[in-house]
Amino acid sequence: MIAELFALDLMRYALIASVLVGLAAPTVGTFIVQRRLALLGDGIGHVALTGVALGFLTGTSPLITAVIVAALGAVAIEFVRARARTGGDVALALLFYGGIAGGVLLIGLAPGGSSGTLLGYLFGSISSVTVADLYVIGGLAALVLGVVAVFGRELFVLCQDEEMARASGLPVRFLSLVIAVTAALTVVIAMRVVGLLLVSALMVVPVAAAQQLSRGFTATMLIAMVLGVGSAVAGLGTSFYADVAPGAAIVLIALGTFIVCVAAGGLVRRLRARAAAQAPVPQQQPETMVT
Amino acid sequence: MNDIPAFEMIDGHVELDRRPVLRGVDLRVPAGEVLTVLGPNGSGKSTLVRALLGLVRLTSGSVTVHGTPPTRFRDWARIGYVPQRLSAGGGVPATVREVVASGRVARRRRLRPASAADRAAVNEALAAVGLSDRAGESVQELSGGQQQRVLIARALAGEPDTLVLDEPTAGVDAENQQALAATLGEVAARGATVVLVAHELGPLAGVVTRSVVLSDGRVVHDGPPPVVATAPVCEHPQVVTPETSLAGWPGAREAR
Repeated sequence: MIAELFALDLMRYALIASVLVGLAAPTVGTFIVQRRLALLGDGIGHVALTGVALGFLTGTSPLITAVIVAALGAVAIEFVRARARTGGDVALALLFYGGIAGGVLLIGLAPGGSSGTLLGYLFGSISSVTVADLYVIGGLAALVLGVVAVFGRELFVLCQDEEMARASGLPVRFLSLVIAVTAALTVVIAMRVVGLLLVSALMVVPVAAAQQLSRGFTATMLIAMVLGVGSAVAGLGTSFYADVAPGAAIVLIALGTFIVCVAAGGLVRRLRARAAAQAPVPQQQPETMVT
Repeated sequence: MNDIPAFEMIDGHVELDRRPVLRGVDLRVPAGEVLTVLGPNGSGKSTLVRALLGLVRLTSGSVTVHGTPPTRFRDWARIGYVPQRLSAGGGVPATVREVVASGRVARRRRLRPASAADRAAVNEALAAVGLSDRAGESVQELSGGQQQRVLIARALAGEPDTLVLDEPTAGVDAENQQALAATLGEVAARGATVVLVAHELGPLAGVVTRSVVLSDGRVVHDGPPPVVATAPVCEHPQVVTPETSLAGWPGAREAR
């Protein structure tokens, strides 16, 4: 049965793409959730739609224009967030509306384009992933994971406590842009797999599920990556056999894991509380640190 | 000990939203001093220490950190900062050890694992605030007072010689205030500079060598700490006179 799944080139590409997305999205998502900007991915996703439409309008690859516009949008969100007293949520809301309206407006201007053209990007079309797309997705995923490996420790401090980051002499503005642009790249990677409207789910849901089970940041990130890849692959498999939309299947499976994790987390906490009541001195944990 | 002060502000003015918060503050904090900044709510205490660290920009005047303006200061590993906050957590759980270890970020190189010195400093900081046995627990599950201790341990983990604490005793019970006073006493005994914002001194009074009282953005008292340490200073600024204070704290003279 599995062999049958891999027999098709199409499915192989789709599988590689979803593994990369399942890995990259929760990694970035952990930092974004920690920064309490869970909706950042949604905001960027909406902006990326304008980028996709711009690609159709100018006759360039929508993937490339989406990267550029999404990155610019992420930088804009970051600037509004840092400057405005209103906070991140209003900045995100503004981007939501602008992004969708811009996308629909531009696609109408594109030759032969209609809002229907955007559907594949809004809800994902993993079966149309080409080898060229795969190279772009692979390169971006490597970049995202590389950024986290190099800047992870500083990003942890930034997302945990921005003022502390500043008092530690960290380049706060630069790191804020790093996290925003990395999020933008992740959105574009995930665009083909789950669609722009569901991108954020893969950045947030595995993290929300993982933190039901973990007590630490590194642990949360690692569990989220496992759940992300698991949901992506399981969702793809489900869509293949049950003939349902892969993006929706992936997100619903991720939400299912979240519910399972909430139940399991409650059980784990109850067991821990009971163990703590029996042994008053908790064991020293081995060191867990951000890379 | 050298002559360069840990912090120096000359005629510091700060406006937030076009509202003057500091109105011409002169403050020199020699290295090795334990200074407390007292005053009522809204008197500009937090703004003062945040301006000393360059977290708030002066509208006029100047400030230096170890002889260098904050924007050009690079030696941040020397500084330990405990922000005014009741919660130590972000949106994702983090263990006590992870948060405390993050205090060493200015001392660590990219892509290098934690060294033995890193681990030792983190363990020592955890022990100093009495949280060694909670290291693996999630910060979010601790009480407010314990979270405050985590933030203090985070500052200590960087092995700073200059410690700035913004209301570290806010929401902390008497027992934990005693523990904090003991920890700060040890840090000060090693020659570190401590700048401490407080609403009232409580058990910390024994550690402090000098106090500055702010009112409406101006320094209204600068000298030994007040004797009536347990009384909220904001309500009785008139009891804070150098004469009465000196009698209470003979050790305070050394700081002058």
